[in-house]
Amino acid sequence: MSFVTFIQHCLTGVSLGGAYALIAIGYSMVYGILLLINFAHADIFMMAGYFMIFSVSSFPWQISIPIVILGTVVLGVLIEKAAYMPLRSAPRMSIMISAIGVSYLLQNLATYLFSALPQAYPAIPPLKRQIRIGEVSASLVTFLTPVLTIILVFLLIFLLRKTKIGMAMRAVSKDYDTSKLMGIKINSIISLTFVIGSALAAVGSILYFTDRMSVTPFSGVLPGLKCFVAAVLGGIGSVPGAVIGGFLIGLSETFLVALGYSTFSDAFTFLLLILILLFRPTGLMGEDLQDKV
Amino acid sequence: MQFGGVVALNNLTMRIDPGEIVALIGPNGAGKTTAFNAITGVYPPTNGFVELEGKIIQQGFPKGKMKRLYAGENAGKYTKSLSLTPDRITKKGVARTFQNIRLFKNLTVFENVLIAHHTNMKAGVFQAAFGMNRKEEEDMRKRSWELLEMVDLSDVGLEKADNLPYGKQRHLEIARALATKPRLLLLDEPAAGMNPQETQEMGDFIRDIRERFSLTILIIEHHMNLVMDISDRIYVLDFGRQIAEGTPAEIQKNPEVIAAYLGVEQ
Amino acid sequence: MNQTVWKKRYSFYLSLLVLLVALGLLFWLEVNKSNYGMAVSVIQKSLVFSVVAVSMNLLNGFTGMFSLGQAGFMAIGAYTTAILTIPLSRVDGVYYMKGVAPWLKGVKTTLSVLPEPLLIVFALLIGGMIAGIFAFFIGIPVLRLKSDYLAIATLGFSEIVRAVISSPQLDRVTNGSYGLKNIPGFGVTQAGGVLPVGAGSLLIPFFFALTTIAFIVLVINSSYGRAFKAIREDEVAAEAMGINLLKHKQLAFVISSVITAMAGGMLAMYMRSIEARAFSVTLTYDILLIVVIGGLGSVSGSVLGAFVVTFAKDWFLRFFDSPLVIGGFQVPFLRMGFRMVVFSILLMIVVLFYRRGLMGSSEFSWKGIFRWIRRKKEGVETTKGEMIDYPDPPPAKPAPLIPDPPGAPQEGGRDER
Repeated sequence: MSFVTFIQHCLTGVSLGGAYALIAIGYSMVYGILLLINFAHADIFMMAGYFMIFSVSSFPWQISIPIVILGTVVLGVLIEKAAYMPLRSAPRMSIMISAIGVSYLLQNLATYLFSALPQAYPAIPPLKRQIRIGEVSASLVTFLTPVLTIILVFLLIFLLRKTKIGMAMRAVSKDYDTSKLMGIKINSIISLTFVIGSALAAVGSILYFTDRMSVTPFSGVLPGLKCFVAAVLGGIGSVPGAVIGGFLIGLSETFLVALGYSTFSDAFTFLLLILILLFRPTGLMGEDLQDKV
Repeated sequence: MQFGGVVALNNLTMRIDPGEIVALIGPNGAGKTTAFNAITGVYPPTNGFVELEGKIIQQGFPKGKMKRLYAGENAGKYTKSLSLTPDRITKKGVARTFQNIRLFKNLTVFENVLIAHHTNMKAGVFQAAFGMNRKEEEDMRKRSWELLEMVDLSDVGLEKADNLPYGKQRHLEIARALATKPRLLLLDEPAAGMNPQETQEMGDFIRDIRERFSLTILIIEHHMNLVMDISDRIYVLDFGRQIAEGTPAEIQKNPEVIAAYLGVEQ
Repeated sequence: MNQTVWKKRYSFYLSLLVLLVALGLLFWLEVNKSNYGMAVSVIQKSLVFSVVAVSMNLLNGFTGMFSLGQAGFMAIGAYTTAILTIPLSRVDGVYYMKGVAPWLKGVKTTLSVLPEPLLIVFALLIGGMIAGIFAFFIGIPVLRLKSDYLAIATLGFSEIVRAVISSPQLDRVTNGSYGLKNIPGFGVTQAGGVLPVGAGSLLIPFFFALTTIAFIVLVINSSYGRAFKAIREDEVAAEAMGINLLKHKQLAFVISSVITAMAGGMLAMYMRSIEARAFSVTLTYDILLIVVIGGLGSVSGSVLGAFVVTFAKDWFLRFFDSPLVIGGFQVPFLRMGFRMVVFSILLMIVVLFYRRGLMGSSEFSWKGIFRWIRRKKEGVETTKGEMIDYPDPPPAKPAPLIPDPPGAPQEGGRDER
């Protein structure tokens, strides 16, 4: 592989990784606060894709983007209130089953509303513009994605570290029950978590689908699983971990495809998952645990 | 026994002779339940060993750099560590109850005791499924009912374990532990939450089962009347360190114990 | 007051009666197959899914292990059965792209001495065995994981199986992504004139379901089944009572996967042609939802759930999919795909409001019905055990949202909640 090709692939990998990172953050945050694997997150990402398709047919893209983000956030919070909040005191498996049920519902709803055939994702002119740096060329969105990801992640970490609300979120994630007793408004914090997660997923979906041609009701399944692996890889519950995991998965996937093993790139991701679970289940950024009996 | 930077047990050495009732007392957080956990294999000791009837059942020694610093008198023993899982230790004859009662809540009282017989059952899964171990099953069931009789729970045998009042739950936990046919029984606060009369009965009960089942008993307790009444010997822990050992009479007069724990004379 | 006592033999005779009635009904349906094609098909599918549901319940409901790998094991069973039972004469037509691997053809030729029914049973058992071997080895590392992680590890395994099956490298064995067809169905094809062609299409899956489910029930009622329940209730206490966690979890995992794989083989025979795409995570979700609707921890619930869900999805709800015009007025919403939306919504309602499903964790019993009738009639208060809720597996402690700077106190964390 020539050096230029290598760089090209790195670029693609990092770009894909950025989109994955944004989605993986959603998984991590929700798990950190609710101990829930939000199986529906992938399908929220998919719905964001459809929102864009329909929004662009009525509004110019400059307005569509905020509409999509807003719509996705509304969807995410709605799901939380309707399907997760009532089950907060139920055994944890119930809420996971609920998440699976929501995922199922969203996929079937999308099939019903938009048919199972791929729908073309609109091209956003400025993003699709080809940029050339030296020998390497790609669309603007490919360059933009990792940059945007890093910016958003920094903003998020700033929020978590330096603001009062961020502190509240960290508190809830560390000790749910005590936080409640300390007067933290749990419902608001949880809703905020979903707002952030869904917003990032919406941005991720714009960046992801722009370079792909189309959306189907099942577009979220495989990326969702991979992003979940990314979150586990980085240490589920940790934001920086999810980001690192996302970039790692994005890069490895890109290079595997480039080297000709595309059928195995998905299997590889899961193999990675199993290896991580065996040797370091708490992930790269997680702590070593010991239970007290 | 060390957890990260916290030393939960610092140089605890206990010796229990067959047939004795030994008590382990100390203020809360002194490390008593940790000792139980180390003995029963919930966590292997970071430095030290547990020996049952001459055979080592748990053994852990510091490795690498820690050797020089912490090995102490075990310095010569760098052979293997041994960390048996709790079920293996139970099979060797050590049973325990839990400080925060861990019954099988949604199962019946009877099933709770019956399940504890499973470990000594000889039949494999196919034999058991196809009913070829009928005699064993019957024996297990009979013995379970007998144990329930003994703790006065045979009339509620088919109730959900969670529905029992607190005191009866403690009795059930003991009956369940007895079903594993132990030689050493570890009781973690068996009289917790009981009034004086119930505590007294618990004391009689403990002495009774020692006789009936030829047990050796190690008990953690806070009810001093009970402890002084039934123990042959007592070990006292404070912040993980052993501060005294002796008969009830000796302990009651020990000034360090009084200072750390007993407080004003009762 | 004269209270009738329910004797054990009453239950036995009633069950026997129901069995005979069921057999009679199935036999009648078989004979009249041509008129009731839809019913036959739905019953077949329900039988297959009831087996999978029961074996998933063994793992998730009785032992408390949240495993999402069912689709992978079904794929193993389905593909093994398909590969071994596709008639020798059709093989080349099926593997039209790259041709079948010679060693496979050789194996099939050797096996073709067996009469077809025997070959099918053999194939099912081999499929189960292969799945069992996988389950055993995968179990060693994976079963030590906390419940959440077990779910995703098994899910990952399921996807890996699917990817491997459809990989081009295995094209000559599994036909890669092209799928396998011409799989024999349930009915007998060569019966030497004694039985009509297609006989047994209902009785055979019925018999299969009966035997496999009966085996699982026997295990559950044995001491090992109780040990499984103990593990579900409180792992730490179970271990303290001498139950080796790894060994028993492995036992449940292997039994469940063997039977799941055999049901996968049956599914292949039902569908007549299979492709790897059908064995995605969605299939596992389908089964999980059946188990939840029936009631986690109830075998009869799983069977009931399988029938209710399959009938609803494939039969009753069909009318939601076609446009309906009443008196010149087009009813809104009704078009292709609406059926699944309705189904999904119903599922969510069950999950949110009827969490314990149809049967909770109780089993169907004649005695129970008798007591219920008597209670209604005489207003007698009977002590019935409460419906049992699904207990909480210990949570896996998540990484901190953002890592603390070094030197911060490591405290708190979430206790069981």
